[in-house]
Amino acid sequence: MDNNNNPVLRLTGISKRFAGIVALNNVALSVRAGEVMALIGENGAGKSTLVKTLTGIYQPDQGSIELAGKPVTFANAQDAMRAGITAVHQETVMFDELTVAENIYVGRHPSKSGRIDWARIEAEAEKLFARLEVTLPVRARVKDLSVAQRHFVEIARALSQDARVVILDEPTASLSQREIHELYRIIGQLRADGTAVIFISHKFDEIFAVADRYTVLRDGRFIAEGLLADITEPELVSLMVGRTIQQAYPKADVTPGEVLLEVSGFNHPTEFSDVGFTLRQGEILGFYGLVGAGRSEVMQALFGLSSSANGTVKLGGKEIIISSPAGAIRHGIAYVPEDRQHQGAHLSLPILHNITLPVLSRVGFFLRGRRAREQAIARHYAEQLELKATHLMQHVSELSGGNQQKVVLGKWLATNPKVIILDEPTKGIDIGSKAAVHRFIGELVTKGLSVILVSSELPEVMGLADRIVVMHQGRIEHVYDRAEATPENIVAAASGLKELA
Amino acid sequence: MKALLKLRETQLALCTVALIVLVGMRAPVFVSGSSLANLLTDSTLLIMLALAQMLVIVTRGVDLSMASTLALAGMMSALLASRFPALPLLVVMLAALAIGLLLGLINGYLIGHLELPPIVVTLGTMSVYRGLVFVLSGGAWVSSHQMPPEFIAFPLARLFGVTHLVWIAAAAVLGAWYLARHTRFGRDLYAIGNAPASARYVGIPIAKRLMWTYGLAGAVSGLCGYLWVARYAVAYTEIAYGFEFTVIAACVIGGISIAGGSGSVAGAVLGGLFLAVIGNALPVVKVSPFWQSALTGIVILTAVMINARSGKQSGRQILPLHLNKSSGAV
Amino acid sequence: MNTITSSRYVIADKPGFRAVAALGRWESLLALLLLAAFVANSILLPNFLDLDNLADGTFNFSEKALIALPMALLIICREIDISVSGILALSSVAVGLANANGMPPETLLPIALATGTLCGCLNGIMVTQFGLPSIVVTIGTVSLFRGLASVVLGDQAFTGYPQLMADWGQGYFFGFVPREFVVLLGFAALFAVVLHTTRVGRRIYAIGNNPVAARFSGIHVERYRMVLFMLTGAMAGLAGYLLTGRIGSTRPNIAMGWELEVITMVILGGVSIAGGAGTIGGVMLAVLTLGTVTYGLSLANIPGIYMTIVVGILLLATIALPRLLRGRKTSK
Repeated sequence: MDNNNNPVLRLTGISKRFAGIVALNNVALSVRAGEVMALIGENGAGKSTLVKTLTGIYQPDQGSIELAGKPVTFANAQDAMRAGITAVHQETVMFDELTVAENIYVGRHPSKSGRIDWARIEAEAEKLFARLEVTLPVRARVKDLSVAQRHFVEIARALSQDARVVILDEPTASLSQREIHELYRIIGQLRADGTAVIFISHKFDEIFAVADRYTVLRDGRFIAEGLLADITEPELVSLMVGRTIQQAYPKADVTPGEVLLEVSGFNHPTEFSDVGFTLRQGEILGFYGLVGAGRSEVMQALFGLSSSANGTVKLGGKEIIISSPAGAIRHGIAYVPEDRQHQGAHLSLPILHNITLPVLSRVGFFLRGRRAREQAIARHYAEQLELKATHLMQHVSELSGGNQQKVVLGKWLATNPKVIILDEPTKGIDIGSKAAVHRFIGELVTKGLSVILVSSELPEVMGLADRIVVMHQGRIEHVYDRAEATPENIVAAASGLKELA
Repeated sequence: MKALLKLRETQLALCTVALIVLVGMRAPVFVSGSSLANLLTDSTLLIMLALAQMLVIVTRGVDLSMASTLALAGMMSALLASRFPALPLLVVMLAALAIGLLLGLINGYLIGHLELPPIVVTLGTMSVYRGLVFVLSGGAWVSSHQMPPEFIAFPLARLFGVTHLVWIAAAAVLGAWYLARHTRFGRDLYAIGNAPASARYVGIPIAKRLMWTYGLAGAVSGLCGYLWVARYAVAYTEIAYGFEFTVIAACVIGGISIAGGSGSVAGAVLGGLFLAVIGNALPVVKVSPFWQSALTGIVILTAVMINARSGKQSGRQILPLHLNKSSGAV
Repeated sequence: MNTITSSRYVIADKPGFRAVAALGRWESLLALLLLAAFVANSILLPNFLDLDNLADGTFNFSEKALIALPMALLIICREIDISVSGILALSSVAVGLANANGMPPETLLPIALATGTLCGCLNGIMVTQFGLPSIVVTIGTVSLFRGLASVVLGDQAFTGYPQLMADWGQGYFFGFVPREFVVLLGFAALFAVVLHTTRVGRRIYAIGNNPVAARFSGIHVERYRMVLFMLTGAMAGLAGYLLTGRIGSTRPNIAMGWELEVITMVILGGVSIAGGAGTIGGVMLAVLTLGTVTYGLSLANIPGIYMTIVVGILLLATIALPRLLRGRKTSK
């Protein structure tokens, strides 16, 4: 029985650091039973680290977690689950080949006289869905479900474990309007049941529609909390983005010139539709949007990684066809991927090999006698980027996140591109390296490159870009000039809202 | 009904029946009662081994050592029976099963607890176990006159008109079905093969499950070892040489994905049956038995291509579904 | 773009030489093992150190090792080819067929190579065009290839091969160095040069290390895979030619079980089944070690089957020991 004044979940003074990065610094959070708490913050603000700490995946370096007034520690995810804290992430913990009902009970099937009680599993699953007022065939295989339906299954699983706290992490990405309203209803049910809900989202209309209170994080710190009834959207936005937007970004004095790259009618059956934009010589073109808006997909298709995309691409006025990354590189387009570890770098290979990989033809067919030439290339870019490493043969996995990113950037710069596409270049990087990368991006245009900057960090995009393209659910919403862009406009467009008054 | 027809297993069953009918048209003796009964008996060992291999493949593993385990357990049981003819047959059978279990648990420990790659581990144990058959037998054959009569007679003896082999295989099929469908052990295997990281996240004891899966595969191989040497009334070093590939082929044909996480008992049974039909049909239609291997290969390749097509992954769904005008799948 | 170095950091070219690290490398351990086997054999067997005997010992592994070379590249690339013994058999049958139909001896080697390459091509197409996992594809093709070989052979055997083939399979250079061994050394050198000193090798390592990042870096991953499968087929064809020349006949069970010995040579040689690591030097050391042990056993008149046990145990110890010493990983 939880007194309305006593929070069912309280975190105080939570700090967590990873190899050089402070992810959380003295963060506080408290949620009451039957309440929906919106956790708000930019990418990199620390939200996902906080969620992982709550669900037992990480253990806090400092601070305490109290559940119904009692301090608890979670050694692993199962501890947290047993204590009644479950999270529903974007990437669901689902088993595609198993049925909906089984997914709810995976790992803990109830049994009757030695055999699994399927009847009970299906009955319980149906009861749970009835409680949530959702229609879902319990015998359907999860792989046939939509994203929304998978979320519902996870919520049902949480309920079946008598969860006291349910965390919903960006639950409405890729959901239709109807599904979003169903989700709101389910959240209402959870609230009525006395479950505490932590709702993480960038979309203000949703936050105001469904949540009671808010907590704002910025740069790993606790900024503010309170009742949503007492605050307005613009105030929330400024709490979220802070005031230090423009100053930290050195903007080089380069006026963009002629149109260099022209993309039109770019389509993909499921990922984006009718995408068209231009990139001018010496320009930094920002691409902003929420997670899952389709920006990376557009860029990867442009780079030749997608076989189902079609459209027209013109470089320097001439139409070109890009059918593979090698082809894109040949035309002078470079793509620095978002997922540094899986797509960007070869972690178990040395720095030297990483940087020279796309330009081996420049070194020669035989590499053995040309070590000096190869090292010169690698060293040139390592120094330009101020890479911090002991020696060139060090495995990239041994470097910090920021330095890993420098290796990847160095690799792409070595291809002498005309256009370089940066996909979330400062994601998960410590502040010091971030500044260096920003400075570097600004300098790129003085060297004759044109930059497409895909980023979910508003200050970054607003500080560096000449123009900002905002995408939403696979389409381009609006293109803002640097002069006319305001944080409120951009965030609103990214959420699919019309411009704020 | 349409859903039933779309099922991989149904299509395979229909193909098998069609094949039998086609062969029957060429040579009516093929569809005679005794011929079909023979077919069933011939398929039993393959089906039993395929069931065990299925469970292993479901966990994203593979067991290349099954044939060697079969040979070693079979040789041991033959030697046991020939040295101690007074020993009750049941004891001999249990001994074969126990030996197989032990050999399988060795695999299971290395793969489950030490987390070593299954293909390399079973490659190694396959060699070791096969070599041990020679060491044990001294290279000598155990021939039929050295084996007690009950030893040899058991597999093909009839109980209510059906051979023991078929009874045992039927029991194995039921057992495998129960395990795969109605025990937490079985369901956990599917979870492990489907998404190992998620399985760990929800607390499934992966090491233990894997160890006993390979143990079970070994036990089944052990029992089949006795049945094999008894049925063919001979035991020597090279028995069942290369059979592990036939077993894997039966699983692949039966729709069990090598990527793990899916596959049914019916599929394994039908895959084994299908291969047995091909094997028995060839001499009947006067196709030289030398074609058997080549045909098996073509069937495997076809089956793998069909497997792959049905499991195609599409790109992320970003465009809102109700606005999506292309292929209307929701 | 010549900028004077302005970075705060100094990066060395490579780490200093550390004896402990050098000794701990796989190849060093293998070298020790080879040495131990050699010494043990020399002590235990009186005629082991006889040069003629040693030379003759190389026949046993030369053909297999020829296949192990491209197999190493395949496994580094995270693929595998279980059909090599089938390709070898089919190549041998093709040669036998051609020979029986009066084709001149000089054409037999190209025929063997062509057959092997075609088989490899089939493997490659299934893997790259259809996106199928190489393990199941090659389980299918080994049945297919060996089956086709059986169909052609029936229960006969091809014999009556020309002297040219026997010269290469059984013959010697300068009277005492087996030609097969020289061929092996030549190819080993070639493969080592390609893998360890050229950009082709660098890209192969990159593909094995991280195929996605390799693709993102502009490497034609599918093209490389296709070529490697074809190369493996070709080398299996070459091995088939030499083996047929050595034993003088083609029977249906030729090279039975060789795929596993070849893979063992590669894994024992330090090539990780997970891809991205391993050296030709390591593979050759493994080949020599296995060859030494095999030859010792045969000199001691111990049946070859014991070798199977030794090979199996070596393979298991190879992969288990590092894991046992490092302690079990907590999570994958």
